[in-house]
Amino acid sequence: MASKADIRTQAQALLARFQMAGAEVVEADILQPADILLDLYGEDMRARAFVTADPLRGEMMLRPDFTVPVVRMHMDGGEAPARYAYMGEVFRKQEHEVGRPAEYLQAGFEIFDKGDPAEADAEVFALFTEMLAPLGLRAATGDIGILRAAVQGLSTTDRRKAALMRHIWRPRRFRAMFDRFAGRVPQPEARAELVRQVDAQGLATLMEQRAPAIGLRSVAEVESRVAVLRHDMAAPPIPAAQAEVLDHILDLRETSENALEHLRDAAVDLPSLAEAVARVERRMEALAARGIDMARLDFEVTYGRTNMEYYDGFVFGFYAEGHPDLPPIATGGRFDALTRELGQGAECPAVGGVIRPALMLAVTEGAT
Amino acid sequence: MSLKLGVPSKGRLMDKTFAWFADRGVALRRTGSDREYAGAVDGVDGVDLVLLSAGEIPRELAAGRIHMGVTGTDMVRERIADWQDHVRELAPMGFGHADLVIAVPDFWVDVDGLDDLDAVAAAFRREHGFRLRIATKYHRLVREFLREAGVADYQLVDSQGATEGTVKNLTAEAIADITSTGETLRANHLRILSDGLVHQSQATLFRGRRDNWSDEMRSSYTALMAALGQDG
Repeated sequence: MASKADIRTQAQALLARFQMAGAEVVEADILQPADILLDLYGEDMRARAFVTADPLRGEMMLRPDFTVPVVRMHMDGGEAPARYAYMGEVFRKQEHEVGRPAEYLQAGFEIFDKGDPAEADAEVFALFTEMLAPLGLRAATGDIGILRAAVQGLSTTDRRKAALMRHIWRPRRFRAMFDRFAGRVPQPEARAELVRQVDAQGLATLMEQRAPAIGLRSVAEVESRVAVLRHDMAAPPIPAAQAEVLDHILDLRETSENALEHLRDAAVDLPSLAEAVARVERRMEALAARGIDMARLDFEVTYGRTNMEYYDGFVFGFYAEGHPDLPPIATGGRFDALTRELGQGAECPAVGGVIRPALMLAVTEGAT
Repeated sequence: MSLKLGVPSKGRLMDKTFAWFADRGVALRRTGSDREYAGAVDGVDGVDLVLLSAGEIPRELAAGRIHMGVTGTDMVRERIADWQDHVRELAPMGFGHADLVIAVPDFWVDVDGLDDLDAVAAAFRREHGFRLRIATKYHRLVREFLREAGVADYQLVDSQGATEGTVKNLTAEAIADITSTGETLRANHLRILSDGLVHQSQATLFRGRRDNWSDEMRSSYTALMAALGQDG
């Protein structure tokens, strides 16, 4: 195990390299307001982050990542393009004993730029590739934008699309909903029964029988959802051909070159994919121009889908193949939606990533 | 050191625990005055009886301050992270049955199961500007259950008692609480989701990790388990 001092030295070297790439060094408070992070990530975040209480400020969270505070700082400061670098501890609560540390150093680099996203994606990835080259890591890449575009292009109701988009990061839930919308599994019997009862007795009577209407969620809200359910039950299933395209791209894992071929084929059947596929292609060109070999770089449509919630486009990770026990040494991606979420109306396309210096040292130590 | 057996210090849970051991030929008894929390185990040498709150038994077991204990499986799962690594279930005891369930207002005719709860949570957040509140004291169990089920846009609000009243009092939209007959839920106009059973709990005899047990403790344990007719 490398000492804490060695790890910090390594982190400082990473920070210096990010500065050379034109980044301004920024800091973030360790104590972050908990509500922003909980609203963003959901209640699950309590299982993963240390929540503490300040008598005056309310619930605070020990910084679980830098991205959110850096985005907030950038969005508060105007819209000028910027490159930021940071280095410091992040804190992750471990609910299960798998030997992961509860605090560790991260060094990160983020580009906020409204210019060519393919160029910015390629710049970050090429920089990380170069910095990590001595470790001989395997890179994984993906693009959450493909799945998003596929969902948007389905011939189905806007509500169904919105429901699928909402669960894009929860694969099992997504699959269950998708199979129902595609008519592969029947609608729940309880819903059919509800509609029968509403038809027979009227919704008002039905609710009357179960009165009183307690709580903040009103009768009107129940009525409006019943209307939504009826509408949904009458909606035709997603066409089988489209469902098959989605199945195919969900399973797609190939070298970048081959993946692009598959995606082009998929875009023929599902034209809404065309734009997202063109973005992938532009990024691959930009990556190739920076010397990344597209015949070897892995591309997986669903990469990062379960654990990289705020990324909504390009995603990547670097893995030590000889150390299957180690989490990725570096991860990153594009988070345009996060800037929209935190920007209160404004948005600024952004891409970046983090490297964990302790893991770099663990890999080099293992190699010697 | 002798082997310490922790049992609930009051109420029906204590009475039934004493009866369960007595049925198996091991007499637990309180010593001293009625109000003094002291006890003894008759019939097996080297075992001390420790009377304490059922809710504290998981923590004490995990910390190794008691070696065996009687408490609900819900308490163990709620209070010990990776509980299987720290304690072992020796025998379900057949009493103290309680189901941890998720319940919503009965008049929500549009909500049958977790699927619906998830959809309602999304709509509720859009309408009211905050995440749908579920009142509970079982934070870990409920959070893990809802994560497995893929429910989003909710928040857990802490409620240490009278949880069934929180919906009417407008401090929560739904609850997750233990129930045995469902009577209190119905009286408060709440209904259990069709797939809202989080955990079925009952009083259970547990033991902690044996790493630091002395030979005497091990032999007392073997003798006690033999007396109880268990082959732990």
